[in-house]
Amino acid sequence: MGKHTIFFHNAPSIVCTYSAAGKKESEGPIGSLFDYVLEDDYFGEKTFEKAECKMLSTVIEKVIKKSGYRKSDIDALISGDLLNQIVSASFAARDFNIPYIGIYNACSTLTEGLALGATLTDGGYMSDVIVATGSHFSTAERQYRYPLEFGSVRPPQSQWTVTGAGAAIVSRKGKGPKITAATFGKVVDYGVSDANNMGAAMAPAAMDTLITHFNETGRKPDYYDLIVTGDLGALGSRILKHIISQNGYEITDNHVDCGEIIYNIDEKEYQGGSGAGCSAVVFNSYIYRKLKEKELNKVLFSATGALLSTTTTQQGETIPCISHAVALEND
Amino acid sequence: MADNKTSVVNKAYLAFVSEISPKTNETRSLFNAFAVGGFICVIGQFLRYMLEFVFKIEGDELAGAVSMILIFLSALLTGLGVYDRIGKYAGAGSIVPITGFANSVVAPAMEFRSEGFIYGLAAKMFIIAGPIIVFGVMSSVAVGIIYYITGLI
Amino acid sequence: MVTEIITTFIKAFIVGGIICAVAQLLINYTKITPGKILVYFLLAGVLLQAAGIYQFLVDFAGAGATVPISGFGYLLAKGAMDGAKKGLFGALTGGIVSAAAGITAAIVFGFVFALIFKPKSKRN
Repeated sequence: MGKHTIFFHNAPSIVCTYSAAGKKESEGPIGSLFDYVLEDDYFGEKTFEKAECKMLSTVIEKVIKKSGYRKSDIDALISGDLLNQIVSASFAARDFNIPYIGIYNACSTLTEGLALGATLTDGGYMSDVIVATGSHFSTAERQYRYPLEFGSVRPPQSQWTVTGAGAAIVSRKGKGPKITAATFGKVVDYGVSDANNMGAAMAPAAMDTLITHFNETGRKPDYYDLIVTGDLGALGSRILKHIISQNGYEITDNHVDCGEIIYNIDEKEYQGGSGAGCSAVVFNSYIYRKLKEKELNKVLFSATGALLSTTTTQQGETIPCISHAVALEND
Repeated sequence: MADNKTSVVNKAYLAFVSEISPKTNETRSLFNAFAVGGFICVIGQFLRYMLEFVFKIEGDELAGAVSMILIFLSALLTGLGVYDRIGKYAGAGSIVPITGFANSVVAPAMEFRSEGFIYGLAAKMFIIAGPIIVFGVMSSVAVGIIYYITGLI
Repeated sequence: MVTEIITTFIKAFIVGGIICAVAQLLINYTKITPGKILVYFLLAGVLLQAAGIYQFLVDFAGAGATVPISGFGYLLAKGAMDGAKKGLFGALTGGIVSAAAGITAAIVFGFVFALIFKPKSKRN
């Protein structure tokens, strides 16, 4: 056992997942795999914030229904999103009579949640927890960039916040792909200050966590069928592959990035998806399905998050980033 | 004082990032800005002639009326969700004309309407354009005072 | 007459286009944000008019010089300069008086259209 890596000896499993996403996401390469597609981004609500909240409560409710569990079977809800004070997650939790653990690590919230969920269930403290995260393009634009109707240009290195949410049930006893290890990342900042270039800011954090994981587990990159990163986008993925190979690790053949595969991207315009909903919808649909159908048997999933706010950017700060990894394996 | 900055700027990494990051298409963006910006000015000139010859408006009133019509058109296109599309294509070509100023007022007003009339719509209306008013007034007052004083001498 | 009108249109197109292209160059090379671009061009208009230069551009290109935000700065400076001839009060208020039409229109239409329209989400 390493300093940052935990092995789960009782190997809790992910028994069920549910994903919901917007129209743009549904038109992407894996769009047909989502459980639910929003007709429009308001989702029948008056504001986009309410829509984001409804999206989260929908995936939580639906994952319970889909799994055949009852609400009372769930011991805790671990959830987070991108909005200030993680209001979407907290307000969604208001609808459920379940203990709520609100977490924030920007776009790596999902793997942070899975790692925590696995810890709680593996330790025997709880038997079934839900991990749910989400984001919404229109609420993120307003919080991080400009009003929607403002005619600004999106620089080509930028990414597109995913409108979507996903939920997974982590269970001590149930059947499904198992979470066998988790590596908690540390905050890494290489000095990137361009808030439009998240991929470049986050790539070093992903590298740090991946290398820590390899060192502490003694595993090599080819131990895994697939190494999944969260939302580095096309540019960030290219950077990651480059800098990790400089450190002696090759992941070119078995790496995929959720942000890169969620849209049909034109790299001259933007680099792919981002946001807490990005890895949530991709993992809870595409990756989980491949694990379940045993097309993939060993997956390392390391979502990345940029821990900035508009205030820190305006004060000229660089962007601290983080990545948490979970290892998912079939028996 | 101790330097408590925990992050170390990795110069080699930043150089690599700026080398590998995609660049805005220089010629195309300049051409688009030129063409759209020029076109908006032509519309302004057309309105000038219309108001001057057809409605016989002249002087300061003419300039003001042209601005008002352009601002109206921009506000309408912003409301209809068209101006941001133009902006995506035109870049500075639709930001720099007075229509861009109008867009920067209308867009936040619409966006923050959901937080109410006072703290939302009205308070946030100038989050982008506020500095234009502030620096406009400050600089015009400075110019006025300088001209007033030099006029006394 | 007709040729004069056509040349004015062409001059408006070229001068207005160049001002916007210069702004685009700044955006491409310095990554300054649109909000800052607007302020810089406004101040440039004020300064150029205070130095007595922008008026020539306006006489030459008409709307090509008045429609860009630098023309708004020109208007502010011109108002202050004209006001200064009447006295200190005019020097202080002249700028904003001449810019009143633009500011009023922006506030009124901003308010009205915010009541009518809702922001739309984007797909590209």
